[in-house]
Amino acid sequence: MTPETGEKGHHRPAKAPEPYAPAGARPDDWASRHPLDQDEKIDLDEILQGLEDYRPRRRGWTWRTPVEDQVIGPFSYRETSRSLRRSVPLPAAHYFANIDPQPDCVVTTEIASGRFEDDIRRMRMTAWHGADHIMVIRTAGQSHMDNLLEGTPEGVGGIAVTRKQVRATRKALDLIEDEVGRPINFHSYVSGVAGPEMAVMFAEEGVNGAHQDPQYNVLYRNINMVRSFVDAAVAKRIMAAVNMAQIDGAHNANATAREAWKVMPELLVQHAINCAYSVKAGMPPENICLSTVPPDAAPAPCVRMDLPYAVALRDLFGQYKMRAQQNTRYIESCGREATVNHVLNMLVSRLTSADIQSTITPDEGRNVPWHYNNVHAVNTARQTLVGLDGLRKVVKVDRDAPELKSKVRELKERAVLFLEGMVRDGGYFGAVQEGYFVDSGCYPETNDDGIFRKIDGGVGVGTVIERAADYMAPVCHHFGDNHLPDGLTKACDPVGGCTLCDEGLIPFIDELDPEDNVNVRLERTCELREKDLIKPEVQWAGDGFVVVTMFLPAQERVAEFAALELAKAMNLQEPEVIHKQVMHPAEGTLVEVRGRLDVVVDPATLIIPQEVQLVPEDDIRAYVKEHGLKAVAATVGNDEHSVGMREIIDIKHGGIEKYGIECVYLGTSVPVDKLLDAAIEHAADAVLLSTIITHGEIHRQNMEKISDLAVEKGVRDKLLLISGGTQVTDELARSWGMDAGFGRGTKGHNVASFMVEALRARAAEKA
Amino acid sequence: MARADEYLAWRTHLADLPDEQLETRFWELVDQIVDPLIDLARTHTSPSIERSVLMRMGVDSPTGNAVVNEIDKRGLLGHGAGHLVLHCAQKWDVDVRQAAARLAAGEGWDVVEKKWGGRDDA
Repeated sequence: MTPETGEKGHHRPAKAPEPYAPAGARPDDWASRHPLDQDEKIDLDEILQGLEDYRPRRRGWTWRTPVEDQVIGPFSYRETSRSLRRSVPLPAAHYFANIDPQPDCVVTTEIASGRFEDDIRRMRMTAWHGADHIMVIRTAGQSHMDNLLEGTPEGVGGIAVTRKQVRATRKALDLIEDEVGRPINFHSYVSGVAGPEMAVMFAEEGVNGAHQDPQYNVLYRNINMVRSFVDAAVAKRIMAAVNMAQIDGAHNANATAREAWKVMPELLVQHAINCAYSVKAGMPPENICLSTVPPDAAPAPCVRMDLPYAVALRDLFGQYKMRAQQNTRYIESCGREATVNHVLNMLVSRLTSADIQSTITPDEGRNVPWHYNNVHAVNTARQTLVGLDGLRKVVKVDRDAPELKSKVRELKERAVLFLEGMVRDGGYFGAVQEGYFVDSGCYPETNDDGIFRKIDGGVGVGTVIERAADYMAPVCHHFGDNHLPDGLTKACDPVGGCTLCDEGLIPFIDELDPEDNVNVRLERTCELREKDLIKPEVQWAGDGFVVVTMFLPAQERVAEFAALELAKAMNLQEPEVIHKQVMHPAEGTLVEVRGRLDVVVDPATLIIPQEVQLVPEDDIRAYVKEHGLKAVAATVGNDEHSVGMREIIDIKHGGIEKYGIECVYLGTSVPVDKLLDAAIEHAADAVLLSTIITHGEIHRQNMEKISDLAVEKGVRDKLLLISGGTQVTDELARSWGMDAGFGRGTKGHNVASFMVEALRARAAEKA
Repeated sequence: MARADEYLAWRTHLADLPDEQLETRFWELVDQIVDPLIDLARTHTSPSIERSVLMRMGVDSPTGNAVVNEIDKRGLLGHGAGHLVLHCAQKWDVDVRQAAARLAAGEGWDVVEKKWGGRDDA
């Protein structure tokens, strides 16, 4: 099987990939010299070695390279970007010569299991499915630490973002981006009470994008509002210095408010405050991304409700970038429901615009995301965006439709009224003290259920100090009043350079905690890696978790407890119901149970039959065209089943007819002598005999009988005798005189491939 | 304070504004709100900001943390942590990393006191 034919499961693109030269890469950097082998796992030891000397190959954000009117395979696209060198295409791609068109916008995935060493492997998987913006969520509580963390402690609800973690991850991403052939943006959070320090560390370590929004600290982390804004300006200036992309935190209002669809005016205000503040701190507008979520979800008529908001947003914020986030407010434990909502969100993205399409994993409503759900989410984006490619060329949002027009206008007016109210109530600080934000009323309606913060309260209160008349910060890219000596070329001249100018000055601190660090964690799972043992996992090496899906004919609560009992019987440890859904109040319930399976498989002990190499479909067609090929088929014995045989021969089911093979189907319960006579009469090349396995060994007798008859009549070497049935095996069939036997899961391709191979072999023998 | 949706009553002054002017008004109001915030940032600092300055000077985070804590305790953060460390480095004729390490170890604060005084003097 060659990749050119587009057979399922091949990951290499049909066309030779364009050479990949990462932007800003040093000509001979470490990653370029140590390319990943796609058939080998990423070597974590190699990643961790020599970290103290590793330097990022570039700084700043990279957008995809759009290709206008790109022709890929038999199609032309309007909104795609340069293709990848290596990827796993969408499952149906094998019908389309394995093409893998990449949307024009950056696609985000959020990965943070608490252990970066495991996340690195997931990053590689998602990159192969089209993610080029990889965001790590910070562990709960780190935002209240008034300094940087060092080492690699394990996180809860995210990872501990430390220099070592960031550097190791960036190093791995440098390898991964070379493997897939597209720059990968690495992203985390410049928030909390150590924002300016996070910004410096990120700038030094080549982090490409970050969330930075002082309002997020104030509202959701209860960090003192004065501290949050003063710190933010310095952090933003540093981010700007290295061309990092910034994402704001406005979408959280949507995720938090009681009635999320009513916060639209406030969302416009939050976006505007962060945008304006960022520009004033020195950030170029093209690096400022609005984190915008379609606020509603079905069963609300969400697309019609969300569209005016999306339009108003793009009207007001035309010079900024749109990071289209997916709705998390209404995510439940049903992955299917979440996926449909996300597809509807992307319909809004494609009807308006998106520079970054974020993805949320379909399991976010039930656990911290698992490996394959990140891949699913990225694929939902890739599939939907490519499927909706060029939609605006044929469908346009009707800006003059009265409903849309008046809604867009109304949202803008409500946002202006919100701002007027803020000015009246003492500006930003006054408005926050009055509980303006995250109120579930659609402003000017208020429900008095917003978030109230005090100017003299919160984490870090009283820590902001006025800069003295001689205040000086002898470093580059420092925001605010700075009384440097006259006549400097660079602000850092008095101290002999700063880390933003001279990366040689960047210090590295290895593990500080002797227990809670990556080396200790890797030690625990080293046996799995060294002996190449296989244990199921959802997020961490060797975590052992599996999911069992079951339909139980019982009402919901009974089904839940029955499922746990069944899980115990399956030897699953710590079973937990992660999803249940009523199919009918009395008839039954769908239950998904997660549990730990403490079983390890050593692949060396497995007996794996050799994979059958099929003749490529185009070759089969060519052979049939040249030589002609005829088969006579029947279900033999007292058997009225015709389904299996139909699947093998019918063109509708992908059967052998699709290759041009002429098939004569005699029906069911056909005696074997009649079948053989028909084959002789039609001058067939092959006999297809379908049978069930019987206690009386009738199946064996039938196969032996037709083989013997064929010998008697002198046609055995002119015919291929092929039997099939759900329990037929090739080995048994051959031992009973057949040329081949096919069991469960056989497709027309398998049978046609065998026929062509066998006929070629016979021809070769004769020659 | 809960309030019913008074949008229709409140919007009368906006009703006749063309879209473009409405959008201009939106951004003017945003500026009005953001300008005092950015001025505050321009004229103030914080422990995190000062630690970020020391980081940019190549000081590792535990050392920078110790130095900024002590400067803050002495009420001198308003002069700039980098400024203080630079001053000491010049006095001792060492680089700023070495100066920060000494200060973090509790040495040489007399040099700081001599120039800026500090709460401990009071």
